[in-house]
Amino acid sequence: MKHLLQQVFRSPKFLVGFVIFSLLLLFVLIYPLFVPDNPLGIIGQGTFFEPGIYVNAYDVIGTDPRTLMLDNAAANRIASKLSPADRTAMQEYLVAVGVDEEDIELEDTEKLLDLWEAYYDPAARPAGFTAAQRRYYGRLTNNLFGILSLESVVIAAENPETGVMEQIDEVKQSDYVNVNKVANVRWLPLGTDNFGRDVLTQLVSATKTSLQIGLVAGSIATAIGLTLGLIAGYVGGWLDDIIMFITNLFTVIPGIVLLILISFSIGQENRGAVTVAVVIGITSWVWTARAVRAQVVSLRNRDHVNLSKLSGHSVAHIIVNDILPYIASYVIMALILQISSGILAEAGLSILGLGPKTTEVPTLGLMMNWALIYSAHVTNKWWAWVPVIVTIASISFSLNLMNTGLDQVFNPALRED
Amino acid sequence: MKGYSKYFGGKLLWFSVTFVAAFLLNFILPRLMPGDPVAVITQRVTTGMTSQAGVQKVYEEYANLFGTNKPMYEQFFLYVRNVFRGDLGVSFSQFPRPVADILRSSIWWTVALQFPAIILGWIIGNTLGALAAYLKGGFDKMLLPISIFISNLPAFGLAIVMLVIFGVDLGWFPTSGGYGFDLIPNMSWQFVWSVIVHYQLPFWTIVLIAIGGQAIGMRSMAIYELNADYVKYARFLGIKDRKTIMYVFRNAMLPQITGLALSVGTMVGGNLVAEVIFSYPGLGQTILTGVMGQDYPLISATTLVITLMVLIATFVIEILYGFIDPRVKAAQAD
Repeated sequence: MKHLLQQVFRSPKFLVGFVIFSLLLLFVLIYPLFVPDNPLGIIGQGTFFEPGIYVNAYDVIGTDPRTLMLDNAAANRIASKLSPADRTAMQEYLVAVGVDEEDIELEDTEKLLDLWEAYYDPAARPAGFTAAQRRYYGRLTNNLFGILSLESVVIAAENPETGVMEQIDEVKQSDYVNVNKVANVRWLPLGTDNFGRDVLTQLVSATKTSLQIGLVAGSIATAIGLTLGLIAGYVGGWLDDIIMFITNLFTVIPGIVLLILISFSIGQENRGAVTVAVVIGITSWVWTARAVRAQVVSLRNRDHVNLSKLSGHSVAHIIVNDILPYIASYVIMALILQISSGILAEAGLSILGLGPKTTEVPTLGLMMNWALIYSAHVTNKWWAWVPVIVTIASISFSLNLMNTGLDQVFNPALRED
Repeated sequence: MKGYSKYFGGKLLWFSVTFVAAFLLNFILPRLMPGDPVAVITQRVTTGMTSQAGVQKVYEEYANLFGTNKPMYEQFFLYVRNVFRGDLGVSFSQFPRPVADILRSSIWWTVALQFPAIILGWIIGNTLGALAAYLKGGFDKMLLPISIFISNLPAFGLAIVMLVIFGVDLGWFPTSGGYGFDLIPNMSWQFVWSVIVHYQLPFWTIVLIAIGGQAIGMRSMAIYELNADYVKYARFLGIKDRKTIMYVFRNAMLPQITGLALSVGTMVGGNLVAEVIFSYPGLGQTILTGVMGQDYPLISATTLVITLMVLIATFVIEILYGFIDPRVKAAQAD
């Protein structure tokens, strides 16, 4: 046993798969210790907040400011205020007053502003611009120089007794606040989704649920397949005929059809994650049953099995001691594949609207479904769907890699030289 | 010809039995649904109606129309009779449109999309897999991880990635639908062109998925065959590599054909989900509308059609296999 494990872990493919899977599992287990929020809790009012660190603006006012004299602060400030549309408009104006288009760099705010200062004349009336456009340029310029001015912003609050606005604070352009000192800061590494829920918290919980679904579905499928395969292969006779008839039937009837029909029949309210897993499990045992039977048939007449029979051992004893050890490696590999395909099946079902009910726990498929329904993929809201696909792919990739690694250990013919 | 007719007869019998079983499952499973679909549709139709007797009347009317008030066995015979007449019932969600009409407008999209794509992917995948096994080295080292990666990505995942790269970012292809939403299906050049443009992304996605799966299988098959005794013997005899290779690949191909027959159902299932991603007007979309609308006649008919489609595809592949496999030919000579 020890030798076997050593051999398995010496296979690079298995090792890589194992490491990826373990890291994933570790993250899923550790993350909730640090962020114990409800994964389905709606924290954002609005849809698809971008990933980043959200600092409470109200708390920033009360926090002790420090003065930092940074050269590029003003430029950054303007750069963030200038929208791409404004930049294009500025370029149009500059070209109209005779600046070479080659010299204008839209991304370089500093150069753009220098050019603007040199060429913009509020009184001028370059050809081709309407009065409205000229007013727009006037406003734009005022805004820009408003930002550049060194005046500070006054913060006022209403005095509850007199009803008069009173200055309570003044924020200078060079005021900085240490994020660690601000009372409320929330890091949303993956932003929020269409309902305003933290994507990362949801993703971790979804990965956990999906892994459980995969494990339950895979175990059920493997258990059914193994039992049927053993009975059909070892006992044989009419039992074999019946089991093989059913197996062949379900090989040809597409699994997804059964999945759809059963899931639909159960109904949305009754479909919990476990139910979905069970449904996936009982519709995907066919391959295991076939393969186990084939192996058992070839083992049935080996000498050691015959010897066991002659010694008067019971069928159960023979199966456990003389048959199972020979197919154990295969069954484990089948289980790994079933777990991976169970996770994928759940995701596929959810996209068709047949996944677990949406009110209890998130699953990877449901997250995908929500992202698709709210067109996150078409509107560049990558944080709502890319992490989900990456997670699904890395689970499936790591499991398959482990499977291939095991396959190479147990079937020397497949080994690379 | 006796061997062949026995082979085909056996296959045909087997597929008839499978179809009957699928048909039975298809009838029984949706009827286990706990909710009352007629109540749902009645509720939708009668919103705003205050008279209880009126609602009751509407309910009875619909129950009668869909036959849900009859005993199960009677419903079954009614169902069988109707299906053989090509009458698949009336859709709940798109009432009073007949289900057969909805399916007629969606099935050809799926058939025309999936089967050419699966066949092309199968051919390319097998060629690449065989080459990887024969050439080994760099080509193999490059192809294998890519194939493993693609075949690990679920069909819908690859579909979304393709959609975002080629549809959204590069803008080469439209992101949804089977033709421009401003067009009405007709035979004009504009419409045909629009269909062709919309066809590309789903088509190549399915081809890629098929390549990924087939290449890996063919590679292991071909490696196995290349190490077989007859190859070594042929080499000892001094037979040219090129000639041996042909035998090797023909032998490696046979399990791949059986594999295709066995996996066509799984592939079609995965691809249906990919169709949904592209909002392709095929059967995937039909299932989605059926699920959203709690439309059991539609779901039941769609799954029946998918089963039939897969059964026919499997049957055709097995018949072809009968012609290719020398062992079936040998049985014919007996």
